[in-house]
Amino acid sequence: MAATVLPVHGVGTMRVVRATHASSAALVAGLAATALAATLPLWAPVDSASSWMRNFVEIACYLIFAMMWNLLAGYGGMVSIGQQAFFGLGGYAMLVLGNFAGVNAFVAVPLGALAAALIAVPVSFVAFRLAGGYFAIGTWVIADVFRLSVANVAAVGGGSGTSLTALRGIAKATRETSTFWLALVCVVAAIALVYLFLRSKRGLALLAIRDNEVAAESQGIDVRGMKLAVYVVAAFGAGLAGALYFVGNLRISPDAAFSVNWSAFAIFMVVIGGIGRIEGPIVGTLVFWLLNHFFSDYGTWYLLGLGTLAIVTTIFLRQGLWGFAQQRWGWSLFPTQRFLLP
Amino acid sequence: MMLDVLLQGLLLGGLYGLFALGLSLVFGVMRLTNTAHGDFIVLAAFAAIAGLAVLAPMLPAGIAAPLLVAALLLPVSFGFGYALQRWVLNGTLGRDPLPSLVVTFGLSIVIQNLLLETFSADPRSIDSAGLSTASLALPGGVAVGALPVAILAFAVAATAALQWLFGRTSIGRSFRAVSDDREIAELMGLDARKVYALATAIAFVLIAAAGVLQAMRTTVSPADGPALLLFAFEAVIIGGMGSFWGTLVGALLLGVTQQIGFRLDPGWGIWLGHLAFLAVLVVRPQGLFPKTVG
Amino acid sequence: MSALLETAGLTAFYGDAQALFGIDFELRAGEVAAIIGANGAGKSTFMKAITGLVKAAPAQIRFDNVAIGGLAPAQIVRRGIALVPEGRRLFASLSVEENLRMGGASGRRGPWQLERLYRLFPILAEKRGQPSTSLSGGQQQMVAIGRALMSNPRVLLCDELSLGLAPIVVKEIYEAMPAICAEGMTVAIVEQDVALAQRVSQRVYCFQEGRVSLRGASTELTRAQISAAYFGT
Repeated sequence: MAATVLPVHGVGTMRVVRATHASSAALVAGLAATALAATLPLWAPVDSASSWMRNFVEIACYLIFAMMWNLLAGYGGMVSIGQQAFFGLGGYAMLVLGNFAGVNAFVAVPLGALAAALIAVPVSFVAFRLAGGYFAIGTWVIADVFRLSVANVAAVGGGSGTSLTALRGIAKATRETSTFWLALVCVVAAIALVYLFLRSKRGLALLAIRDNEVAAESQGIDVRGMKLAVYVVAAFGAGLAGALYFVGNLRISPDAAFSVNWSAFAIFMVVIGGIGRIEGPIVGTLVFWLLNHFFSDYGTWYLLGLGTLAIVTTIFLRQGLWGFAQQRWGWSLFPTQRFLLP
Repeated sequence: MMLDVLLQGLLLGGLYGLFALGLSLVFGVMRLTNTAHGDFIVLAAFAAIAGLAVLAPMLPAGIAAPLLVAALLLPVSFGFGYALQRWVLNGTLGRDPLPSLVVTFGLSIVIQNLLLETFSADPRSIDSAGLSTASLALPGGVAVGALPVAILAFAVAATAALQWLFGRTSIGRSFRAVSDDREIAELMGLDARKVYALATAIAFVLIAAAGVLQAMRTTVSPADGPALLLFAFEAVIIGGMGSFWGTLVGALLLGVTQQIGFRLDPGWGIWLGHLAFLAVLVVRPQGLFPKTVG
Repeated sequence: MSALLETAGLTAFYGDAQALFGIDFELRAGEVAAIIGANGAGKSTFMKAITGLVKAAPAQIRFDNVAIGGLAPAQIVRRGIALVPEGRRLFASLSVEENLRMGGASGRRGPWQLERLYRLFPILAEKRGQPSTSLSGGQQQMVAIGRALMSNPRVLLCDELSLGLAPIVVKEIYEAMPAICAEGMTVAIVEQDVALAQRVSQRVYCFQEGRVSLRGASTELTRAQISAAYFGT
């Protein structure tokens, strides 16, 4: 465990330690699991491999979207119900690049994310006029504007959407495997990006802003700039998830791409798992996916249950499942805190 | 032609005003954003529809039936809103907007799916016994529907009533005091939890009225809630926060903008309304008529 | 004669930070006590603890021999303790008269009504319909005092009446004190101006870093004693 040694008045020296035993073990386990998963297409039987990979891509999209929503809300202090705007924009940008500009669809995924991030800048000029609950609904309106606007563009199929033609001609197995690997890379990259960002000085600044904006500003932190940075990064992540989703799905439509359900799912995943913690969205996504897998056939009752679960968790278990574990037992797999030890 | 668009827009705006007043009231008093606001309006509409069906044998014919059911619904909504705020939403209030957002969002999903299970996805409406087809002739040879005019009149009356309540009664004084400084208001002897509950109760009366009128004017289906929320919200922002008359004017402007959009192309009505909202947000973020309430 | 209001070992926290470390204080009926001390000594925290804005343990605060620590502010004002808060904290969207009327929300009956307040502070009668924020600092202080009096308290707590006001305005405000105390009102004031505090009170408490460092009759305490207690030397 890397540690910085500090002289402390009256005590001698103390070490500043970041990792916990659990986190070091988790890092090793995580790397091993990732390596194993990457080789999945090579050793798994064809039929189940296909469905496992498709499921994984879907989970990956949920996870990336949830992590970015968590970054925005938990660390940036901006609760948004409109991140689906960038999810959809990422998807459509990828489609446009792939179908019309002849770009390789897999390369178009990060490009689509980039497009979403660029659009986030002018959007922020409008969205940042609002705060708190009204900011949340305002972002929803903005997402709806994108939905309605795209639905009026005939070139991408208008209201009924269109198909991703750029991947035609590639064998199904190759396409599925490539998508799977891309999803794996995106997930790892997203987790690494968020983790490293939060551990850095900028991450500390973000926490300061979240706790007390005025105080942070008086310490010389560029609040406005940091919020914009987080908003753009979150948009990039949402766009990445969207582009990836529709590479996997092969068909896009405005209602699917810009649906508020994405935000609803993200909120659910993050709240159940624990807002503001990196492990939270991971736990929440797994819980959500499992619930989805076993209960989504129950349709409205399943959604009813989800809604009720979110309400009950917020009222009684405000820090979510992982937050509860962190407070109760001190668990931390992605420690961003610094501990003082003798 | 333009006059017709304008009139239709104003009449539509009247209903949007009813949607928006409740939202404005609750946000003004306790900074609570109820994302299930639209869904509660739809819930009220379906409650009225169910009430009409269940009580049919006992009800008089014609327009009196829905009015009677509405009259029964209003006090029930008052109590429901009071209980909801007092025992569910009060606990979510605070500096962090997330808990109230998540809880109300969860409520939105629960309501939509409950309605879906109970009523199916088919659009329903309330038969207003000819009121929706009756029309009034205005000078200049223009005719307007009687029901929309009634709705607009009701919206104006509701706005005036709220303005009076806030400005001239001790309840209104309590609302404003609690909104200005909750801690000091409690130092004066107020129980903020009860004051908040009362505010939401009043908002729910407006929600119930809006729901019944919406179902009379057009159809309602379980998934309509979010759209109504967005209209209410846009009206509040365009009009300016903290003023009920401002909210009504914002609603009227939204109605007119949407009507203009509808006339240009059926798919553009809501979109144009969104653009107007964004334009106001960019050019004059405090809204057109901002001021503190009262 | 037992005290009307007393605290025994009062402790108070802001989160994890302790602000009061065991305050013993007593206020006898009809007297005026002054609390002095440097910034951050805990004077305002003390008043907030008594009025329920800061949590305290039940037995640590007794009013009329009843333990009131930890009760909600609304309950405490109904029992007869009113606070003129530091910085006035008037309701910004209410007019002068509406602010005063809010003071009566606790429903306590007594001699203090609007008309009597307007006789005490005539300038407020002139400005009764104006927004409270349009008044000068001194006039706002009068509104804050009036608002507290409207609850007809038995004990009036005044937190830093002179804060941010010119000396001549402070003088004008304190000139109202005799009228306020005329019918036996019990008053505790937090005051930065030590000489002023000694003049208007019968007893003085000096707070220093969350503890009482000196207590005594206003007329008997010397400059040197106060200075030592104030700065903790």
